[in-house]
Amino acid sequence: MTAAVDTKFAYRRSPDQERAHPAHHPVVIVGAGPVGLVLALDLAGKGHRCVVLDRRQGPSEGSRAICWSKRTLEIMGRLGLADDLIRRGVTWKTGKVFSGTREVYRFDLQPEAGHARPAFINLQQFHLETHCVAAALRSGLVDLRWGNEVTHVAPSATGASLRVATPDGAYGLTADWLVAADGVQSIVRRELGLDFEGQTFNDQFLICDVKLLIDRPTERWFWFDPPFNPGQSALLHRQADNVWRLDFQIGADADRNEETRPENVAKRVKAMLGDIDFTFEWISCYRFHCRRLSRFRHGRILFAGDAAHQVSPFGARGGNSGIQDADNLAWKLDHVLRGLASEALLDTYDAERRQAADENILASSRATDFISPKGAGARAFRDAVLGLVETEPFARAFLNSGRLSVPTAYDASALSTIDGFAPHDALALRPGAAAVDAPLGNGWLLSALGQGFGEICFTREPATPRHDAGLPEIRSLVVTDDLACARYGAADAPAVYLIRPDQHVAARWRRAAPEDVRAAYRRAIAA
Amino acid sequence: MPLRRDPSFSDPDRIYNTIIDAHRGLSDAESLSLNAGLVLLLANHIGDEGIVREAIAIARASVMSMG
Repeated sequence: MTAAVDTKFAYRRSPDQERAHPAHHPVVIVGAGPVGLVLALDLAGKGHRCVVLDRRQGPSEGSRAICWSKRTLEIMGRLGLADDLIRRGVTWKTGKVFSGTREVYRFDLQPEAGHARPAFINLQQFHLETHCVAAALRSGLVDLRWGNEVTHVAPSATGASLRVATPDGAYGLTADWLVAADGVQSIVRRELGLDFEGQTFNDQFLICDVKLLIDRPTERWFWFDPPFNPGQSALLHRQADNVWRLDFQIGADADRNEETRPENVAKRVKAMLGDIDFTFEWISCYRFHCRRLSRFRHGRILFAGDAAHQVSPFGARGGNSGIQDADNLAWKLDHVLRGLASEALLDTYDAERRQAADENILASSRATDFISPKGAGARAFRDAVLGLVETEPFARAFLNSGRLSVPTAYDASALSTIDGFAPHDALALRPGAAAVDAPLGNGWLLSALGQGFGEICFTREPATPRHDAGLPEIRSLVVTDDLACARYGAADAPAVYLIRPDQHVAARWRRAAPEDVRAAYRRAIAA
Repeated sequence: MPLRRDPSFSDPDRIYNTIIDAHRGLSDAESLSLNAGLVLLLANHIGDEGIVREAIAIARASVMSMG
C-alpha cells in the first residue's frame, strides 16, 4: 500500500538517551511531515544542525496532501528537490467543472510559458516526505529521530525543555528554539494550552485513493450535483503510480462507519467511473476546520503548518501554506542563529504567516460556502452561477470549486521598504510579493538567486554603469533578458530589486543608490 | 456615487411588471433562482461594490423591519 518498511524511518537509539542530563540543541523541530522536513532541510542548507522528532516510524499513511503548487516547487527547487519531485509526480495545470453531467467551465492555471516549474504537480504526501527524508540524511546535519514522541513541553525565556518517549523509555532534551510542526493534533500546542480561533464545518467528505489503469487526462475534475452523488459535490484527481483521488461530499448526517466500508465505497467508485477494476489504497472520512492560533510565535516556540492553522482541502492550501511557513521561518531563524539579526525578526514570521493563514482561511471558507451552500437562498445563488456560467463570462469569476493555492504577498510587512515604483506599476512584483520566475540565458531567474539576499538590476542596456550595495550578504545580479525585464516592469526603464532569501521582494526602485539598498537590507532583517 | 434612491424609470409600472412577469409560472424554488441570477447579472453590471453593499443594507433592513 504505502511504502514497505523503510529503514530510513526506523527508530534508532540516540546517544542523547544515555546522558544523565538532558542534551542541548540549538534547534529542535517536532514533526517530520512536509513542514518540519522542509524547515530542517532549509536550515541544513544554511549550515545549521537540528533535531527532528516524530512519533511515527514510517511515512504518512494514505496520500493526504497531494497537490503541490508552483510556489512550493520553487521552494523545493531552492532546496534541490524540485526536479526529483516533478519526475515522481504528475504535472497538471488544467481543470474542468461539471454541473450535473454538463461541462460548464474549464481552466488553465498556467496559461503563459517561461516558468521553470509547472502550475501544480500531484504527488502523495508520503512520496514527498520520503524524498525529503533522503535529502535530510544526505545533508548530514539533520538528526531525524523516529519513534520519538514528545510528551511534555516546558517553555522558558531562553528556549524550551522537552520530555520524549521512545520504545526504550523516556529522555529529556533542551533547545534554544523549538518549532512545532506536529500537525492538527499538535502536542506542543496542547502542552502550551493554546486554543484555535475559527470555525468547524459540519459537512462530511468521503475520500478514497484507488489504483486503476485507465486512460484519462491528467486534469482536476470537479462536479456540482453529479448523478452519482445527487445534491452534493465530487472531485477526481490523479496522483503518481496510477492512483486517483476521489472525494465525495456526503453531508452532515451521513453515517461515517457505513460510508467508509469498502463495499459501500466501491459502489460510489463504480458510479463515478463505471464498472472498472480497481484496488483501494486508502479510505477516510473527514470534517474540516478553518481556524488558526492567535499567534504563531510564543517566545522561543514557533508554530508552523497545521499545528498553527487549518483550512479546508479545497484549494490545496494546507500543505502548500505549511511549506511556505517553513520557507519564511528558515532564513529568519538562520539570521538569528548567526547573530545577524535580533529575535525581533521572528515576530515578522508571526505577522507575515498569520496574514497568509487569514488569506487561506478566507479563500477556503468562501469555497466551502460555494460548494456546500447553507440555506435555500445561498443555494439559489450558487445554482444561478452554475446556470449562467456556460454563456456569461462574468459568472465564471464567481464559480468557485476551490481557489488554488497562490503565494501570499506580504503587503503590510514591516520588512518591506516603501514601493519605489509608481502606483499600479508592475503590481505583481510589489514589495512583499513572491518573486516571479523567468528564463535567464540557459537557466532561470529563481535558480540564479541562490540562498541569501539578492540585488537584481533589470536593464535592457547592460552597459549602464551601476554600483552594488557592497555588502557580502547581498548577491548582485544584472538581468537583461527580455521576458524577465518585462515581468519586472523594466521593459522600458531599468529597475533594481532587493529579494529576500525566501524570494519575496523586499524593495524595488527605478534608481537605487548603494545606501538605498543597504537601508532596505537592514529593514528586511528587522535591524 | 451613492446608490440612486429616487425614481429612474420613466414608466415605473412597466419595469415593475416586467420583473413580475418573469416569475409567472415558476415554482418558489425557481423564483428564488431567477432572482439570484438577476441579482448577480445586475450586480456585475453595476460593478461597484459600495453601491451593491448599500443596496443590500437597505433591502435587508426592510426585510428585518417586516419581521
